[in-house]
This record gives sequence, structure tokens and C-alpha cells, in this order.
Amino acid sequence: MFETKSGVFAIAGLGFFVLAFLVMGLLPWLIYVDQPELTVEQIAEQGLLHEFVELHERFPAEFERYFGGPPSKENFAAALRRGHEVYVGEACWHCHSQQVRPVSRESERWGPVSHASEYQNELQRPVLFGTRRVGPDLSREGARRTNDWHLAHFYNPTSVVPTTVMPVYTWFFDERGYPNRDGMSIITYVQWLGSWLPEYPYYYGEGPPQLTPPTRGAQDGVAQGPGRDDDGREG
Amino acid sequence: MSVITASSGAINVPALAAGRALIETRLVWWYFAASLTYMIVAMLAGFLFSLQFLQHYPLAGIELFSPGRWRLVHTNGVAYGFIANAFLGMLHWAVPRLTLRPVRGRGLSYFIFFAWQAVVLATVVGLLTGQAQAVEWGETPTWVDPVALAGLILVAVNFLHPILQVQGPMYVTLWYYVAAFVWTVLVYAMGSFLPQYFVGGAASGAIIGLFIHDLVGLFVTPLGWGMMYYFVPILLKKPVWSHGLSLVGFWGLAFFYPLTGIHHFLYSPIPMFLQYGAVISTIAVELVVTTVIINFFMTLRGRGDALRTNLPIRWFYTGMVFYFTTCLQCAFQATLTFQKIIHFTDWVVGHSHLVMFGVFGFWLLGMMTHLIPRLVGAGGWFRPSWNAWHYWLSTIGTLVMFFDLVIAGLIQGFQWRDLAPWEDSLVASAPFWLTRAVSGTMIIVGQFFFAANVVMTMLRRPAGHGASAGESMSEAAAI
Repeated sequence: MFETKSGVFAIAGLGFFVLAFLVMGLLPWLIYVDQPELTVEQIAEQGLLHEFVELHERFPAEFERYFGGPPSKENFAAALRRGHEVYVGEACWHCHSQQVRPVSRESERWGPVSHASEYQNELQRPVLFGTRRVGPDLSREGARRTNDWHLAHFYNPTSVVPTTVMPVYTWFFDERGYPNRDGMSIITYVQWLGSWLPEYPYYYGEGPPQLTPPTRGAQDGVAQGPGRDDDGREG
Repeated sequence: MSVITASSGAINVPALAAGRALIETRLVWWYFAASLTYMIVAMLAGFLFSLQFLQHYPLAGIELFSPGRWRLVHTNGVAYGFIANAFLGMLHWAVPRLTLRPVRGRGLSYFIFFAWQAVVLATVVGLLTGQAQAVEWGETPTWVDPVALAGLILVAVNFLHPILQVQGPMYVTLWYYVAAFVWTVLVYAMGSFLPQYFVGGAASGAIIGLFIHDLVGLFVTPLGWGMMYYFVPILLKKPVWSHGLSLVGFWGLAFFYPLTGIHHFLYSPIPMFLQYGAVISTIAVELVVTTVIINFFMTLRGRGDALRTNLPIRWFYTGMVFYFTTCLQCAFQATLTFQKIIHFTDWVVGHSHLVMFGVFGFWLLGMMTHLIPRLVGAGGWFRPSWNAWHYWLSTIGTLVMFFDLVIAGLIQGFQWRDLAPWEDSLVASAPFWLTRAVSGTMIIVGQFFFAANVVMTMLRRPAGHGASAGESMSEAAAI
């Protein structure tokens, strides 16, 4: 059995793989299978994002050319979808996470710990937990900064943050330096991140999540997402 | 090896009876040429990306040279261009020798070669035009995925055909290969299609975790260890030390490796009991790896001089030291304690460079150092000293990069935990990122030595010794 073709093929090749998939893949799948997964249209139904409307106020002619009219639920959904495509295609998710962990005082820096329900939507398929944080986590980035900040930052990041290593994305802009369709979409997407939480935006060191100065274990009492608490030993 | 050599004396050889060459030597050489080409492209892509970290990206503002997209070319080029091509060439060399039968079809073999190059090229074009899929190591655009999967199925058919005709127990190498062909197809199908089309949210994270780790553990690792079990006894001219430990190594890997994937997403919304399971199986893999390492170093016992005199052996055993290092590191870094600090930092980047280049890259380059003069019909290397440069620049470059990134990761992780302003971690990382670029340059220069040596060996080979399409049976039986 241990050295035969059938043993290796059926037990090691198929059997152990299927076993692992059942435990490690299918089980979490079944655990979350009843959670509704929102489509982008359903997200747009919940209301337009202030920053999306503001893009129209700043660049009305361009906005209406790119999105076929003033802000609506339809073109908000289109902007979110395109922004997500840009985010994936430019590999933003290889330098920015979208996951606040319950350790390392991350909830003090970013906001509430991430909860599974936040990922139950079409724009988290496949999920964008992230793999490396060269730049900050973005899952609570929405409305933390203004559209103007993002415009300047995408066009030339070091003009806003001198030490940043983020690349320039000049192809998000037309020849006059106004954002094009991709530029408006990626800003809409980034400004949307975290907007589903009851209290936002989450400013670092101020704002809703942190009413008292950070102390050891302080995040146990505040900034609680629906997720787990910090284990408290981390300091 | 004893099983094979004992049987090869008496066995009738179907290949010769059919009048068909056992080995398609030219194809092996083509795969290696493609592999080395993609390796250099992928490494240059990585170097280009590393310049962004120094705020000196030379091609800033050009959409097709968007640094993020070239980062994807770096990893996917290494996985599917460099490593997959090199393994396919190696399989065409080793499988017919181990089974004494040719692969399923000659035409099929050439078709797979061209199809796979088309897959890799399409992947590069897709990534550079911004069509990546959000699955790490599987960013292959969604329209390439079905083609790539069909290619992998053809590969499995082509090589399983001779293997399944072998009577009786198989040699260790073939255990790993049979399992790897099954696993690779399943893993690729799982990672490319399930998170995209069937399951979303945190559960898709669990499956992506499985995919990331299975790609290393169930595609690259079994092909790599199978290669070691094949070439090390040949080059040392002695059998593997313990057959029992070979069994433990294979079956331990087969059982524990597929369970580890979720360790990529500890402290995520994936259920905690599954995270614990992934941590435990990761530590179990480390114990299994130790038995394999013991087996190979006991095999080396008494032949330690080969590390000095035999460059392929030196590549192989250096890779094994790195393998043990990286697995030991993994047993710690995959624990919840370490993950608090090192997750999302450069520590993990250092780890993956040591695995993908320091281990599997080293093994494949050692294997090519052994085979390429034979493939092109040259008596030996044009300049053996260039191969020594290749080895030392690669080894020192990899070590520097590994320690540099691991230390950088610790600094980043502790700064984040201490709530230092985000920009502080960038400033603190700057010297480490410079060191990373320099060590990467060392590695790339080493590969240029090797590439130049390959080209010169080709050009200076004796007249009339083109890469021949067939191999004589006597040579095949001799090993």
C-alpha cells in the first residue's frame, strides 16, 4: 500500500487532499454559507457615498461623461465595481491589507476588529485580506481623508507624504490632471471601505474608536467590533 | 535505487521494441532554456519592483510598468515560468529512466511545451494589462486559468502513462511524482475557480490559504524532493540511507501538508479552531521535514568531500540546509505568538525568498548544472569557474536577503505594535530595502554568469553534437 501506485494515487494523492479540503475548506464554507452575500447593486441600494457625490461636484462635466449622468445608484455601483477591478489589477492588495486583527493594538490604530460579516459581499470575492502592509490597512480608510488628498496622493504620493514608497498612478488622470474614470472609481472604492460600520471615519489617535489615551489593554473596553477582543496580554 | 537497478538488468524494454526513443533530450533542453529565460525576466521584475521601495523607480508614470503589476510578474514568473518549466524538463529526463518507458506521446509532449509557454506568456500579458485575479500566487487572469488547468491535466496524463505501467513497488521519486500530478491538478482547480465563482467572504480566505500553501507544498515540494531522491544517489553513487525514513517523509508530508493552509490568515475571521488546526499541522510538517533531512545527511555521510568537488551536490545540500532553516522558521512563525508581530511584515517576504529561490531554485539550478552539458552534447562546462561564481553569488545574496528581511520584519512589527506613526516604519525600513536591492543584484549577477556559461557551452561544443532527440538505452539503463 505505501509504495504501490494505487496506494500513492488514491490515498496520498486523492484521499489526503480531499480530507484536508473537507476539514479546512468545506467546513468554513458551510459555516458561512447561510450568511447573505451582498451584490454591488445591493450595496448601492443602501445609499450613495458622500465622497462619490463630491466627485461630481468637483468635476461635473467629466463625471457625467464617465458615468453617464449625475450620481445615481447605478453609476455608484459601476464605480465601486470598476474601482475594485483597479484595486485588484494594480495589486494594491499586495501592499495594503483589509483586515484589522485583534492583536498588536491594531484596533487602536485602525478601528474595530474585522468581522466575518464585513466580507460577505461581491467585492470580497475573492477575499482581500492582504498579504503585506507596506502601506496602512485600508479596511477603515473611508472618509478618513478627503477626495483632494487622494487625488494628490494618487498623482504624486510624495507630494503629500514625503517618505512614502507608494508608486505614482498618473494614468488615473487625464491630460489636464483631472481624474479619469479609473481615478474616480478607485477613489470611490477606497472612500467606501469601512463606510458600512456604524461609526466612521476612524482617525488615528482621535475620533470614535478612542476616547481615552491608549493604555495597556485599553482596547478591551472600546473600539470593539463584533469580532473577538484582544487577548489583553499584548502590550 | 536498488529496486530500479536490480530490475533493469532483466526487464524487457518496450521503448526499444517499438523503435521509439526513450528520452526526448531536445525537449528537456528547450524546457531548461525557457526556464532560465523566465527566471532572469522574473528576477529583473523583482529588482525593478525593489527600486520603488528606494523611491527611485526608473519608469514611474508608465502604466505598463506599474510597479504593482511587475510584482505580480515577479512571483508568477518564478512559479509558472522558472520553476514549472524546469520541473517539466526534469520530468522528461527522469520519468522515462525510472520507468524504462517513454512518456505518453511525443507529439503530446511538444504540444504541452508550446501550450505551457503560451500560458505563461498570456499570464504575463494579462498581469501587465491589469487583469490579475485576487488570489495570491494564482493571479493568472481568469481567462487563462481553464487553459492552464487543461495543460496540467495533459502533463499528468503524459507522465502517469509510463508510471502506471510499472509493475510492483515504485521507487521513492515516483511516489512523490504520482502524488504531485494528482495534487497539482486539484490544487490549481480549487484555487483558481472556487474563490472566484463559488464561495466568497472569509470562507474564500480559507480556500485561498489552502491554495497558497498547497502550491508550494503539493506542487513544488513533492517534485523537488522527488528530484532529490533521484539525483542525489546517482551523483553520490550510493543508495539513500534509510528506506523507512523515506516512507515517513513521504507519507508525513502527504498527510500534514494539505492541512496547513489557513496558517496564512491567523487572527482573521476564519473560525479559530481551524486556525489552531493549521498551526498544529504546520508544526507536524516541521517534524516530518526533520526526518527527511536526517535521511539525506546520513546519505552524505562518508562522501562529504562531494560538497567541495561536486557542484550539483553542493547546490542540492545547500538547498537542503535552507529547507531545514525555512521549515524550522515556519514552525515558529506560524504560531499565534509570532504572528502577532510578524504578520504583514517583511519577515514573511524573507521567508518566501528563502523557500522559492534558496531551496527549489537552488535544487533546480544544481540539476541544470549537472544536465545541461549532457543535453547540448558538450564535454563539460565552458568555464567551471563561472558556475562557482553563480553558486557563491546566489548563496551569499540569498543569505543576505533572508536575514535582512527577517530583521526588517521584526522592526516593522514592533513599531506597528508600539503605535509609532506609520511613516516611521518606512523610514526604519529604508536601509533594509536598500540592502535587499543590493542582495538581489548579487543574485541576478550570479544568474548572468550561469546564462553566459550556458550560451558559451552551446557555442563551443564539438561539431556534430547537436541536442539529439534520442538517448541510447545503455545510458538510460546505466542510471
